[in-house]
Amino acid sequence: MDKKLARILDSLPNIEAMIRDMRDIILTNIVMIGEIPAPTYKEDNLRDFVLNRLNQDNLINCSTDESGNALGILPGKSGKKNILVVSHLDSVFEEEENNTLSIQPDYILGRGLSDNIVSLAATISLPFILDQLKIQLKSNLIIMGTSRSLGPGDLEGIRFFLKNTKLNISNGISVEGVKLGDLSYSSIGMARCEINCWVPEEYDWTKFGAVGSIVTMNELINRIQEIPIPNKPRTNIILSSISGGRGFSSIPLDATLRFEIRSESGEMVDNLQKQIMDIAQEVSSHSGSKVETKVMAKRKPGGISFSHPLASSAREIHKKLGIKSRITPNIAELSAFIDKNIPSVAIGITKTAKQSSSLEKVEIEPLYKGIAQLVGLIMAIDTGCCSEN
Amino acid sequence: MIRGAAVKIDNWLKDNTFHHSTFSDLADLVREKEKQNLKISLCIPTLNEERTIAKEIILFHSELMVRYPLIDEIAIIDSGSSDNTISVAKSFGAETYLASDILPHLPPKKGKGENLWKAIYQLDGDIIVYIDADIKNIHPRFAYGLLAPLIYREEIKYVKAFYDRPLAFSEGIRPSGGGRVTEILIRPLFSLFFPELSAIIQPLSGEYAVRREVLEELHFPIGYGVETAHIIDVYSKYGLAAFAQTDLDQRVHRNQETRSLGKMAFGILQTFFGRLQTLNLISDLPELSTVLRQFQVHDKDFEAINMTIVEEERPPMLSIPEYLTKRGIKKND
Repeated sequence: MDKKLARILDSLPNIEAMIRDMRDIILTNIVMIGEIPAPTYKEDNLRDFVLNRLNQDNLINCSTDESGNALGILPGKSGKKNILVVSHLDSVFEEEENNTLSIQPDYILGRGLSDNIVSLAATISLPFILDQLKIQLKSNLIIMGTSRSLGPGDLEGIRFFLKNTKLNISNGISVEGVKLGDLSYSSIGMARCEINCWVPEEYDWTKFGAVGSIVTMNELINRIQEIPIPNKPRTNIILSSISGGRGFSSIPLDATLRFEIRSESGEMVDNLQKQIMDIAQEVSSHSGSKVETKVMAKRKPGGISFSHPLASSAREIHKKLGIKSRITPNIAELSAFIDKNIPSVAIGITKTAKQSSSLEKVEIEPLYKGIAQLVGLIMAIDTGCCSEN
Repeated sequence: MIRGAAVKIDNWLKDNTFHHSTFSDLADLVREKEKQNLKISLCIPTLNEERTIAKEIILFHSELMVRYPLIDEIAIIDSGSSDNTISVAKSFGAETYLASDILPHLPPKKGKGENLWKAIYQLDGDIIVYIDADIKNIHPRFAYGLLAPLIYREEIKYVKAFYDRPLAFSEGIRPSGGGRVTEILIRPLFSLFFPELSAIIQPLSGEYAVRREVLEELHFPIGYGVETAHIIDVYSKYGLAAFAQTDLDQRVHRNQETRSLGKMAFGILQTFFGRLQTLNLISDLPELSTVLRQFQVHDKDFEAINMTIVEEERPPMLSIPEYLTKRGIKKND
């Protein structure tokens, strides 16, 4: 094992203990982030909070960009490399919803903790934590809250930054809420689609079998389920949400199905997407309903190999901290790094448990390990342990 | 006279009503505090607040003690919680006190006002900021928004919080007010007897910051009347100019039932009439009943619920010998 990595691994238990002493700073960031509503495209208030925090911690170039990202740079001693650590700003909850969090000695309770309050809080706590740990990096550390990541945002913030920045990003770390132990260094191919089915005004209700949009959508779903899915490359179709109709007594005029096609092969994603579009057209033609398919987002497969020093260093860090690694593909910020051929990983920071349909419970204790893992990874990248050459 | 009061209220609203965002430069606030060599204490009175207390302690400690050393001490003064309020507060590093353990030779009294009064003895700050423990959306602004007017303006002695941001409004003008007890009891009473005080938007809010020299000379009702008594007493001695108020945006907390508000109103009225007599604004008042009568219905039968509510008061802290000793104050000072 690389001697530098060995030294970093030896320091991790002490780093974890010292992070535990910074509990209040980390929990405060969780609360303050969690109570600022930030639905996708409306992240302005949270972006301002993040910028303010980065300024308070004396980062330089604290700024936003056209896409609404919030970033600051912790300058390194040499500044020859730039490490980009990102966590997305936006959440799925609307502005008017109650966003208050509750803290108890062992856990935090609230909405959106795993996606993405806890990881954003860990990310923006990094400058304070590194300062307290007296760790001064050689590389510049760019801390960024990315905008417009979820749903229709489709990673707009991180893509915009990576496309337009003049900085040469050597490595990327995407920090995600769950699950501690999750480690991703490859992205799978993905197509996120929506099928809308509606009955046109001129629909002939006297026609035999006139049943409205839900039955049409049901036929579509049955046909999608009949598509043969290969074991290799690993592929699946996730039917993720369905809505339609108005009540008990009226024939439904519209219905919407959302789904994702995921595969290790980009070609397979394209094939399945085409098959589903053909089915939609066929069903539309014989049912009389209008059926429209929209592709909301796409990801290309790719990433670094299992044996890449960044991936192996991350696994060694997990091992030292007693974290069981779970290698999972990723379709979030990591895929934007992969598109730009930047060696990167995505890591989970804590454990959560659902309390109700929207409330989550996050244990506080695993957070310290999760953040120690992040610090260790940054140190490993900074000292060159994660470079192939 | 009426026009004079209106002008005075307008000027006071213009000069002494703030929004917390005015004071968001915490580094500057801390510099000014240090220049004046001020010590600031935060008191959180509690009774069964295990669900919200941890968050308050964490936020104030990390933001206003570690990042910006605005507050010098945080203390929980508890009325004898039967839940885990004290152990939760201790687990997050707060100083915790049982109100009955402070000045233990005095006959114990139970009520929030007792905790607030004993904080004057227990805590060391030149300014004490009181913040209720049941605020679900607690934020550092709840403290710095109240402290800043005292730090920046020497003539201000008492700063009250108000909360004035509805979730949505459609036009530029919107009603601005307090809770139900304020709008149907306190503001009408102030309008009748102390018109200038009607400009205090939420006189009953549990969040306020006060200079020690003012606190130590105030009588403290131990129950519902403590905020009302403070406002009348400070006004009588220093006038409206000694007050300021800060808009802290929204406050999310549990709502009280109408019956509980009735008890609150009954206690406040006792305190209010007491002050009217002391100030010779009303005379020949008969002896007032201390029994509040409320009713509930079982099928078709009305059942009376009688509750005795006596608004006892603690004397000014300056009359307590132990306080004078602790603070090194000689009787004739």
